Amino acid sequence: MIIIVQVVLVLVVIFFSLMLVRGGSNAKHMAVRRIMVMLFAISAVLSIFFPTLLSQLARLVGVGRGTDLMLYAFIVSFLVYMSTTHQRFRQTETTLTKLSRRIALDEAERPWESMPAVPGSGVSAPAVPGSAVPGAGVSGQTSKETVASHPGQGL
Amino acid sequence: MSRTWIVIPLFNEAPVIGSVIKDLLPEFPHVVCVDDGSTDTSAQAARAAGAVVVQHPVNLGQGAALQTGFEYVLQDPEMSCVVTFDADGQHRVSDAAAMVARIQSGEADVVLGSRFLDSRTRIGPVKRMVLRTAAVQSRWSTGMPLTDAHNGLRAFNRHVVSNIHLTQNRMAHASELIQILAALKPRWTEHPVEIIYTQYSKSKGQSLLNSVNILADLLFR
Ligand SMILES: Nc1nc2c(ncn2[C@@H]2O[C@H](COP(=O)(O)OP(=O)(O)OP(=O)(O)O)[C@@H](O)[C@H]2O)c(=O)[nH]1
Ligand SMILES: [Mg+2]
Repeated sequence: MIIIVQVVLVLVVIFFSLMLVRGGSNAKHMAVRRIMVMLFAISAVLSIFFPTLLSQLARLVGVGRGTDLMLYAFIVSFLVYMSTTHQRFRQTETTLTKLSRRIALDEAERPWESMPAVPGSGVSAPAVPGSAVPGAGVSGQTSKETVASHPGQGL
Repeated sequence: MSRTWIVIPLFNEAPVIGSVIKDLLPEFPHVVCVDDGSTDTSAQAARAAGAVVVQHPVNLGQGAALQTGFEYVLQDPEMSCVVTFDADGQHRVSDAAAMVARIQSGEADVVLGSRFLDSRTRIGPVKRMVLRTAAVQSRWSTGMPLTDAHNGLRAFNRHVVSNIHLTQNRMAHASELIQILAALKPRWTEHPVEIIYTQYSKSKGQSLLNSVNILADLLFR
């Protein structure tokens, strides 16, 4: 009997963890997390007023004492916390990467735009050198360097 | 008219980047360095040597820099071939040229450098073992019979580059790239290259401990 309860418990824990781990930070998962925090708080308060309650519950589900139950709950919530934080960290990193890449590409000079158009190449009329570079302070300088440093580029 | 672009991920290599670019330019006039928030004068040195410099505002990692480089060269409508080349002077321009020739002759869509196809590269036994293990691992997981993993010298044609979307920002991008290629199934081949381990590159290169981080990056996505 106790074995069955334990197996069910483990399955429930795995299910919730996976769900929370995989889901990322959408509203549904946020809600589930908040409900779990609420349940945790309520049981903590209840166990203050009825110290034996948790132990009874623990015995009911077959994990020994109430403190053990708290420990297990704590471990599970810590793992969930770790993985959701990891997820959110990764998302932030992806966002930051995209943003940085956009900035990098926007600010870069494109030497081929200032090269003479090759017939049939599909390149439109050459743009003004450095025109795509925001920040007038550096644009003139960088485009000059490009012209100077690609001697064979007009070919 | 087609152009071959060299993409160099650049992070704090100011002492050597200038000479690396100077060696490349006679053979490859189109070089772009993706400066990854270097805290030294790498970007200025690269620009002075004659490369285009694309600058990440913050350090993101080698994988992110390569992807930025790919997206940059894809903007050039005349680009037909891309070579990734390390900034630390460990690669030979002649190897790169031979690899590009194999792309341009139509022999392959992707040419991957391998330091284990001939005996030129002098490498420590432990590093050799780690790299060979990584190669065997990619072989198992993708079925591609590779002899080297994490070799920075590679050549791609335009079609392949346009299908590469690296999401691993740091060193794990090398394994990710192999996975992408395994799904894309281009015509690929390996080419013997020499990795030159100078005192400088040894002092700066990857600590073997970083392979633990690479594994973690791959496992905990
Ligand atoms: N953009 C960018 N480039 C990096 C970063 N870390 C390293 N690199 C560049 O990646 C290239 C290879 O880096 P290394 O650290 O030498 O790695 P490796 O060549 O695979 O390893 P070793 O065999 O030990 O030399 C060099 O061109 C570095 O400048 C980074 O954080 N960002
Ligand atoms: Mg190196």
